[in-house]
Amino acid sequence: MWIIYTLNGLYFAALLFLISLGLNIILGVMGILNLAHGSLYAIGAFIAAWIIITLGTHVPPFFLYVSLLSGLAGVGIVGFLMEKSLIRFMYKRTLEYQLLLTFGALMLLEDVIKMIWGGQAYYASAPFELLGKVDIFGNVYPAYFLFVMFIALIAGLLIWLFMSKTKLGIMLRAISLDREMATGLGLDITGLSTFAFVLGAGLAGLAGALVVPTTPALLGFGHEPLIFGFIVVVVGGLGSLKGALVGSLLVGFTRSFGIAVFPEIELPLLFLIAGIILVVKPEGLFGR
Amino acid sequence: MGLTGMVKNPRWIVYSLIFIALLFIPRILSIHDLMLFEYGITFAIVGLGFNLLLGYTGLLSFGHGAYFATGAYTVAMIAKYLPQAYSLEILIPAALFFSMVLSIIFGFVCVRHTKIFFSILALSLSMLLFALLFKLYHITGGSDGLRVPLPTLFGMSFKGIRRPEFLSGTYYYFLLGMFSVSFLVMKGIVNSPFGKALQAIRDNEVRAELIGIRVRRYRLYSFIISGMFVGLGGALWTFVNGHVTADLSHWVFSGEIVYMTLLGGFGIFEGPIVGAIIFTYLKLYAMGNTQYWMFVIGGTLIVLVLLLPNGIAGAFAGLWTKIKKGVEET
Repeated sequence: MWIIYTLNGLYFAALLFLISLGLNIILGVMGILNLAHGSLYAIGAFIAAWIIITLGTHVPPFFLYVSLLSGLAGVGIVGFLMEKSLIRFMYKRTLEYQLLLTFGALMLLEDVIKMIWGGQAYYASAPFELLGKVDIFGNVYPAYFLFVMFIALIAGLLIWLFMSKTKLGIMLRAISLDREMATGLGLDITGLSTFAFVLGAGLAGLAGALVVPTTPALLGFGHEPLIFGFIVVVVGGLGSLKGALVGSLLVGFTRSFGIAVFPEIELPLLFLIAGIILVVKPEGLFGR
Repeated sequence: MGLTGMVKNPRWIVYSLIFIALLFIPRILSIHDLMLFEYGITFAIVGLGFNLLLGYTGLLSFGHGAYFATGAYTVAMIAKYLPQAYSLEILIPAALFFSMVLSIIFGFVCVRHTKIFFSILALSLSMLLFALLFKLYHITGGSDGLRVPLPTLFGMSFKGIRRPEFLSGTYYYFLLGMFSVSFLVMKGIVNSPFGKALQAIRDNEVRAELIGIRVRRYRLYSFIISGMFVGLGGALWTFVNGHVTADLSHWVFSGEIVYMTLLGGFGIFEGPIVGAIIFTYLKLYAMGNTQYWMFVIGGTLIVLVLLLPNGIAGAFAGLWTKIKKGVEET
């Protein structure tokens, strides 16, 4: 049984990692905490669910898995529009306005989801069922969960390579370290900020798309992941990629074992652990 | 400011006139509108408390729903488990006490940080309370929440009276009294040396520390006072609403508290009061007329942030200054 809990912990962690990575990139580069991140995640889920249902069983299974990328692309576009129309006016404003603007965007997007997809649930379990189950040391486990972990691992590696090896990534890190200096060096802050927001939003959309084969997309789909994402960001440290990884693992395992051992207080337990870490190390595990 | 100063200041004349006008509100408004107005007044108390932290101390909490919920659940829990103590003169101090306890604990963790970290931390802690209220179903009623009966007041029983009658009679004046006291107390706090110290911390933390203000401790005091006001608002709100749910501690509800404070304008003492009342009507109007009310509210918020950053009261104050300047110049 413990193998299953461990794997579940890794699965939660994989999803949380994608979400908090997006939150952290946006937070690091733009200094804005995106309260609408959960809604972007939900939009990713709805787009992917809608495409999977439309494709149905007429296409080769391979396309179903490729279609999960639609969450990434679609929400990337939504992120692009959002940054161009709203977020970009916020860079010079104070914290109150930045948070309230994304809060307004959250409410707006929740109803946009309702307008487009209505109030019903979208079941898109085909990719989950097609992969079947695998046998791990005598335990039956859905292969799709392993697939999600694999994708998250790839995404994490790509982001890490991108941030540390490419020129664009280094420029993004420069902005997050010292925005003024980066401006002084002549970096295209406007363009790079748009890019960072699109990237962060896309990751949230990808996470939403990956989840939707396992659980139906509903209204209010993004509320819970957003809170977990916040905990990861706070525990791991603001704007730190390593923090996002370690924080996701911590939250993922706490949740998985918490559900197994104390199902009633799994959530409070999580907050308790986060609280203790913050009292001992206020800036988070990898904060600066 | 002494009593003579108060009489001479036109501001206090306006306050007194508004107070007298408020005494006659139950005769003017229909019961439905009056209930809405009472929601507005409870949120005005919440806004007053919240603004001590946001407007005067410069800390933005996205988790003040937690103290609202504490006030509300204090009332609901006493109703359920200790019905013999279910009387307003016990309930209000109890709500103040429990919201104080919670804001001491949460505040202690939060005030170690400022800015965005403070906001997320306050948010996460309020979600901790939400999780507890939501999960401990057999104690708190979970997502169904708890029903709240009518309380007694100094031995006066309201048995046999229906809620609307209770709300339009005794309770309205009780609420108005609590609001007036809160208003005066908060006015006293922000004009006291303590209030000025908070504003100094808001404007320049380093300088405040250098002149001997204990920054973190003052922030904690501000946090606690603000939490108690919000808790009081929560307790008073409960009787109007008649029902409490775990959602009160959810961060989206905290966001609404921030929203109404900004709507009125957090740079001005009276701003949150104006904001609370307008928000109550705006939300109900939007909910009554479209199923996409969040779209309306969210859109309004975005327009507000982009075009009217000082809120409604702030915009009027700005207009007033301009007019005065224009008059003086001609």
